[in-house]
Amino acid sequence: MFVSPWIIGFLIFGLYPMVMSFYYSLTRYDVLRLPQYIGLQNYQNLLFNDPDFWISIWNTMFYTGVRVPLAIILSLLLAVLVNQAVRGVRFFRTVFFIPSIVTGVVLSVLWMWMFNPQYGLINSSLAALGIMGPLWLQSPDWSKPAMIIMSLWSVGGPRMLVFLAALQNIPGQLYEAIELDGGGWWAKFRHVTLPSLSPVIFLWGILEVIGSFQVFVEAYVMTEGGPLNSTLFYNLYLYRRAFDDFEMGYASAMAWILLVLTLVVTIVQIRLSKKWVHYG
Amino acid sequence: MGKKLLLYIALSLLAVIFVMPFLWMLSTSLKADQQIFTMPPVWIPETLVWSNYARVFEVMPFFTYFYNSTVITGLTIIGSLLSGSLVAYAFGCLEWRGRDTLFLLVLATMMLPMQVTMIPVFVLFKDLGWLNTIKPLTVPAFFGGAAFNIFLLRQFFKTIPQSLIDAARIDGCSELRIWWSIVMPLAKPALATVAIMTFMFTWNDFLGPLIYLSEQSQATLALGLASLVGQHQTDWSMLMAASLLMMLPIMLLFFFFQRFFIQGFTMSGIKE
Repeated sequence: MFVSPWIIGFLIFGLYPMVMSFYYSLTRYDVLRLPQYIGLQNYQNLLFNDPDFWISIWNTMFYTGVRVPLAIILSLLLAVLVNQAVRGVRFFRTVFFIPSIVTGVVLSVLWMWMFNPQYGLINSSLAALGIMGPLWLQSPDWSKPAMIIMSLWSVGGPRMLVFLAALQNIPGQLYEAIELDGGGWWAKFRHVTLPSLSPVIFLWGILEVIGSFQVFVEAYVMTEGGPLNSTLFYNLYLYRRAFDDFEMGYASAMAWILLVLTLVVTIVQIRLSKKWVHYG
Repeated sequence: MGKKLLLYIALSLLAVIFVMPFLWMLSTSLKADQQIFTMPPVWIPETLVWSNYARVFEVMPFFTYFYNSTVITGLTIIGSLLSGSLVAYAFGCLEWRGRDTLFLLVLATMMLPMQVTMIPVFVLFKDLGWLNTIKPLTVPAFFGGAAFNIFLLRQFFKTIPQSLIDAARIDGCSELRIWWSIVMPLAKPALATVAIMTFMFTWNDFLGPLIYLSEQSQATLALGLASLVGQHQTDWSMLMAASLLMMLPIMLLFFFFQRFFIQGFTMSGIKE
């Protein structure tokens, strides 16, 4: 009985919309008139007649494929660094964490200015080193990397804290055993740290991929998908189809493709994990 | 000793890199225009131009937006805490058939991209005549809210000694009473964590307000700031001042309640 709020919530905001969304995906629907059944035509158009759809897939895959591994590796390195028992290390943990509380529109506006090709902090710092910085958000080649760099500012956030907690849970004897065998820091990292952390790394890998598939605000605020569609991410394209063009059926088909894509990628990750994740 | 020194150098260098954007933001927000566009950049403004902040209030109805954001965030937090903890109580402290299956379903909804439900929910709210009201943004929170909150609270409730709850039952307490007078007070740290995370998410939420609020009088700070970017492309001192003002509540929250931030994330991440 106590779960009834959730059950009602799930039925109204979860199950019912999911069913309806699938139904809409088989229709032409502009909200004003009733949905008109057209079978699989939306899916056919998406897959075979819509270059923008494939551009948005490519952009999202690029963003996810580059960002997630980098974010995890950097968070892990940072966690190892702040796991050292030295005075003042708590202060550094706090400093590294703070950027992660800046998100959404504020983050985007700040980094638009950071990436300003002439007067932004990044290019003027590069200029001081004698390097001519790229146009960043105004360049089709650099806009995605710029957004990835921006997202890496928050590597010291929750992910690092979770890695840190996991590091502190590793029993000291494991490291001592390696020392007895004459192993150095690399052997310790390779044979104790990585295997012990693999379940947490795996879990965050899945969460980060799902999160990256959803990237939206940055592209909406910073670049409006440009230049030359180079930051037209999947959800931005879906949003436009739904709320600029009012093609709700088409957008619903996109949502279902995203759902299937998310599921497939997650299942592949779970399959692969059997090869490298150690549950101690 | 050398190793320790090296570590400090590395930590300090990284700290500088992480803090730079904040200082850059603050410094820009207090500069006169001619100082913004100079090479190499100046870090400390010649004169502190506070009027950049005053300009924020001229170019947008800041207090209206602030009020709207506050109301939406406040209601969402109340809804999430009440309904989330009630549901979590059922999952964490009560025995009933189908409980574990249903809990798996809760977890599964976390994986669901919101785009799959977004359009029909929009149509539903539109048919209810709720567009341009705060209802679409706040009412769902009273029905369990984010699955993650339920998960987090349940993890915490499970650590409350069952004997305490059993004793209350023997004394004739109703379950509702146990939830409210025994479990809730004990769960204050977990509730604080949920409140803070909900605050962060709702305060910064963009897509929700973008879809549901198209009238300026209803808009939130996030919407207001985003539209400033389009209208005042190069007025960076004002844009940085506005960003800082919008960020301020979250910064204050962080400095006062740091341990809840950290506790929440570690708690959720370790016990899968």
